Amino acid sequence: MFPPLPNPSTTETAPRFSEKDLIRRSASNVLAPERQLTEVAKLIDVSKCIGCKACQTACIEWNDTHPPVGAFDGAFENPPDLTPDMFTLMRYSEWDNPETNELEWLIRKDGCMHCADPGCLKACPAPGAIVQYSNGIVDFVHENCIGCGYCIKGCPFNIPRISKVDHTAYKCTLCSDRVAVGQGPACAKACPTQAIVFGTKDEMKQHADGRIKDLKSRGYLNAGLYDPPGVGGTHVMYVLHHADQPEIYSGLPKEPRISPLVEAWKGVTKYAGLTVLGVAAGIGLLHHLIMGPNRVTAADEEHAEELTEGDSHGRR
Amino acid sequence: MAADDVKPNEQIHPGRPVIVDRYTVGARINHWITAASLILLGLSGLAMFHPSLFFLSGLFGGGQFTRFIHPWIGVVLFFSFLGLFLRFWKANLWQRDDGTWLARFRDVLANHEDNAPEVGKYNAGQKLVFWSMSVLIVILISSGLVAWDQYFFQYTTIDQKRLAILIHSIAAVVIIGVWIVHFYSAIWVRGTISAMTRGRVTGGWAWRHHRKWLRELVTRSRKETGPSGSKPAE
Repeated sequence: MFPPLPNPSTTETAPRFSEKDLIRRSASNVLAPERQLTEVAKLIDVSKCIGCKACQTACIEWNDTHPPVGAFDGAFENPPDLTPDMFTLMRYSEWDNPETNELEWLIRKDGCMHCADPGCLKACPAPGAIVQYSNGIVDFVHENCIGCGYCIKGCPFNIPRISKVDHTAYKCTLCSDRVAVGQGPACAKACPTQAIVFGTKDEMKQHADGRIKDLKSRGYLNAGLYDPPGVGGTHVMYVLHHADQPEIYSGLPKEPRISPLVEAWKGVTKYAGLTVLGVAAGIGLLHHLIMGPNRVTAADEEHAEELTEGDSHGRR
Repeated sequence: MAADDVKPNEQIHPGRPVIVDRYTVGARINHWITAASLILLGLSGLAMFHPSLFFLSGLFGGGQFTRFIHPWIGVVLFFSFLGLFLRFWKANLWQRDDGTWLARFRDVLANHEDNAPEVGKYNAGQKLVFWSMSVLIVILISSGLVAWDQYFFQYTTIDQKRLAILIHSIAAVVIIGVWIVHFYSAIWVRGTISAMTRGRVTGGWAWRHHRKWLRELVTRSRKETGPSGSKPAE
């Protein structure tokens, strides 16, 4: 049992972090913040999840989104995928364990992982549309978003969704507005089995250790923590009973990292591109200064006149 | 082969100076629609390419509108350039002399183009600009459609979109480079711009830069006057 999150106080609380705590801001440079906040994390223990979707409901409730009523298409997922109105989604997969010959029902709560090295932020061209606080929360700032969808291309987990209504990108905020006043994310608050817990990243790792030991003692020898180093670690982590094969949990990537294509696009292409264009323009200017314009001379005009007059002589 | 260079609308008007028609009204309107589209695409694209150029989105009324209008201008450019392509492709076919001309490019740059072979309607540099633009625009429109999430999101995977946008940005850098060459040449070689504004150039300009074309025009007008014409002295 992890100590449950406290209920909100009835007195007004000042936010515990603000723009002064940004460590990254898309398409801009930020000064290093004066203080380092304690890193927070959400831990999702898939072995404890009963698939009740209370987290989804709490998420809709807190974020005041209005997902349309969908149609049943034969799967437990509802809606079938993340949408601009559904920031988190229970994904269900039925897996035949080849070792035990037993069917395992693997349920994973999908959503933003709040990477320490966020691909969305790297790809974003709009200044300040994506920000990262020193506590690890990666948040979208809608008034700065231009709706280009570059974050979708940057994200190694396929999380952001563009709204067809306001043409901006949406994803889980880790309830930054709740965390700012000492609360935990709505999903963690609503989870009836403590499959979702929230605290500092260190606390969450410790708690995960206890859970992993417990799972191992029950025969899940490959139980482990999913905190992928390819993206610098994440601020949403999973306890998986089969941590050696995360893909079986509805395609959780085994070694996620920002795609090399995105790195090339946002790295060498960006800098080399502008340099090449600057040099090309410079060469033009230099050529004009040194060689001067290529002007038609009076002699050229005379030649042309002779040529055409020869023509009219011929006509006579 | 040489006949490709000469179009019926290209007439010589004797006088001092001689005036030669180079582009029809249609070709000029077509060119300037393409030019405006390319410049607007460059500005809106650069705004989304590098953070230090994001301010350019202000020219389009902000980031959201820049993101919205960029692909539509691309559609305009594609069809507009298609018009130019159909008009000009024949005259831009590569010929043997073009290789020689390119080999003497150093002389051309030093304003000594007399050392290079006589040029038809287009020189090798212009032809390279034409073909680079043609190829790059095809690359840009096809990779651009893949990245146009508003209408085409569901048709490609995210990895394909990543590749498309990388290709799109590289091709965009190259085409802006080609545009710099095109734009600078038009300024450097004085007397060129009137070809695309008023549609005509002076005989001296044609003699200096496109002598073969001028000769072909003269030969043609001689033929048109009939076989009675005696052989002129040149």
